[in-house]
Amino acid sequence: MINFGYKIMRDESIDLDRNDMRIAEYLKLHEPSIKLCIGCGSCTATCSTGHFTDFNIRQVHTFIRRGEIKRVKKEIQRCMFCGKCQLVCPRGVNLRNVILTINRAIEQIG
Amino acid sequence: MINFNLFVLPFFLGLIYVVIAIGKSWYQWIKALPAIDKVKFMAGIRHPRQVLSALKEVFLESLIHRRMWKRNPLLGYMHMSFALGWFLLIVLGNIESRFYSGVHLNAPYYPIFLKFFIHDKLVIFFEIFSVPGFFRFLMDFLLLFVLSGLVLAVIKRQKSRWFGMKRTTAYQLTDLVALTCLWLIFPMRLLAESFTAGYYGSGGGFMTQPLGNLLVRIMPLPDDLVAYAMWWGYSLALGIFFITLPFSRYMHIPTEVLLIFFRHFGIQPKKWYSSISDIEVQACSRCGVCIDVCQLSDAGIHDSQAVYFIRGVRDKYVPQVISRKCLVCGRCQEACPVGISTDSLRLIKRRELVSGQASDFSFLNTENNPSLQAEVVYFSGCMSHLTPTIIRAMKGIMDQAGISYLHLDEDRSVCCGRPLMIAGKDRQAHDLVEFNKNLIRSTRAKILVTSCPICYRVFKEEYNLPIRIQHHTQFILDLVKTGKIPLQGFFKKVAYHDPCDLGRGSGVYEAPRELISKIADLVPVSKDANNAMCCGGSLGIFEASQQQRNAMTAGALDILLQGQPDIIATGCPLCKKTFEKQSPVEVKDIAELVYEALPKPAYYSASGQSRPAVSFADELI
Repeated sequence: MINFGYKIMRDESIDLDRNDMRIAEYLKLHEPSIKLCIGCGSCTATCSTGHFTDFNIRQVHTFIRRGEIKRVKKEIQRCMFCGKCQLVCPRGVNLRNVILTINRAIEQIG
Repeated sequence: MINFNLFVLPFFLGLIYVVIAIGKSWYQWIKALPAIDKVKFMAGIRHPRQVLSALKEVFLESLIHRRMWKRNPLLGYMHMSFALGWFLLIVLGNIESRFYSGVHLNAPYYPIFLKFFIHDKLVIFFEIFSVPGFFRFLMDFLLLFVLSGLVLAVIKRQKSRWFGMKRTTAYQLTDLVALTCLWLIFPMRLLAESFTAGYYGSGGGFMTQPLGNLLVRIMPLPDDLVAYAMWWGYSLALGIFFITLPFSRYMHIPTEVLLIFFRHFGIQPKKWYSSISDIEVQACSRCGVCIDVCQLSDAGIHDSQAVYFIRGVRDKYVPQVISRKCLVCGRCQEACPVGISTDSLRLIKRRELVSGQASDFSFLNTENNPSLQAEVVYFSGCMSHLTPTIIRAMKGIMDQAGISYLHLDEDRSVCCGRPLMIAGKDRQAHDLVEFNKNLIRSTRAKILVTSCPICYRVFKEEYNLPIRIQHHTQFILDLVKTGKIPLQGFFKKVAYHDPCDLGRGSGVYEAPRELISKIADLVPVSKDANNAMCCGGSLGIFEASQQQRNAMTAGALDILLQGQPDIIATGCPLCKKTFEKQSPVEVKDIAELVYEALPKPAYYSASGQSRPAVSFADELI
């Protein structure tokens, strides 16, 4: 096929009624500071892994809130855990524990 | 007269039980040692010198409680009166009993209840210059010594602040039973001996005889029966104490002895939960010193201090939350009078409890790295990327000194791995460690300089690099000492904050202080060096809100600001970043201070290479 320099985007329609909100619920229960997130993206801007890849912790959070947990599983493994995101967060979200909690949630839901 | 009475049975059975229980634990611990440590142990006990030095420490720590004395004389006295007093009561009581029985080996209960068995052999009341009289005086004196400690212990339970401790450990049921029995043993002994002495009108010492006479006069019940009941009570208190000992905190008494021997034989705690960890857990006396030094108290956290964590390990149940709720700053480890490696234990448990979720660092590709080489490699670390002034200062200093260096993580950094390790994810950290190791090796560096104590510690402990690893304070100090950079001091008061991983973690206390005192006025800080506070920004804690962290930071700042400094200096980008948010005075890294102290012309042209680059690595090494 000829490469026109653009491609048709994947269908991004999200059915919130059918998506899996278990990680979101678990996260809110065990690390409630996530509720303070305003989605500013400072965490993603400073991310060490983000300098090497398209890893995007803000996007991961969005996936979780939408219940698209399949994507979360793969993404979260790339975090190096350095904690810069937590230091720059203007809302004081306890981000390293957010990552740990997501890991545990994934483990629990299998 | 037959030296036996039914009341000795609770004591005697308790004693048999406790000896068997302790013997069994000791045997199991030694048997469960890793093979290499078993060899060390067998070699150690055949080495009289090591055994003697261990015995010396047992005497100083388990009986005299030297470290407790250093911490607080009142606490030291309290512990010493119990341990040394009781020990001497047993030893001297045994010697004393030989005068009366005439044989060398008595039944174990005979010396303990001696005064009951020998009351008919004593006629004269006050004959201190005779041998039996002298012993009677000594035994009364020792009993008084122990009782004085008991009074202090009771007061400490109520008013721990009088002992310089903010709070004391909250107890479990078995501890409470054992504690009550322990506290009853010596008053019961006093009453039993006094009543007996009072009833027979002789046989007591300077304390028990007058007290006995008085008690007999005011006691309405038949005195011989009361005395007999007291002997029963004394025996029961001892017996119950012995039976609860293996399940209570008092197991620390026999365990600490073994731990001291292990240490003298060179047996160290492992990275996993081994028999040595088990001994450390049992050796915890739950004295509560760790609660007192723990900064989590500032943040209103009172359930996860080392003593509670260790108790959880001992009871085979540590909630995950408790294992994660710790700064891993190491203050409790420094303060622990038993010398338990509380931080390592915490990390061992984190490794066991953390979710096994794999990490995927396949995006790190060694082949993509430019094969640059330099003798001095500068690794600023993730955190320093958030404090660009530190990096600028370091570059300025190295340019000024004319050093050709390579900034390894100039535009992007791979984490050193410690943040993962501190969460218990050692396996996941392995990839990062290997990547960085290869990267550093490929530069053929002779000196690796880092601005971040977290990286510094992990480079030293985990990387096994055959090169010199320095924190930037050490490196700069070398530059100053070899005359590579001239310094112009300024008149400002500087308080130095020891970062946890640099000070307690890596033992670097002197280099930063020497550097600061070369350029400014170093003011003393009341809690410094190995007792320094944590800034509150620690990567070790996961279960703390921003507000709780802020409270800990405020506590640390209070201490630092006592000397009214103009500047707070530190050697860690994370500490700097944490303090900056709350400090009323400037917070600067030592590199920044040195950079400012460089002579002015160089200060302005520092961005370019002001002098030809020469190899200094050889000179510095």
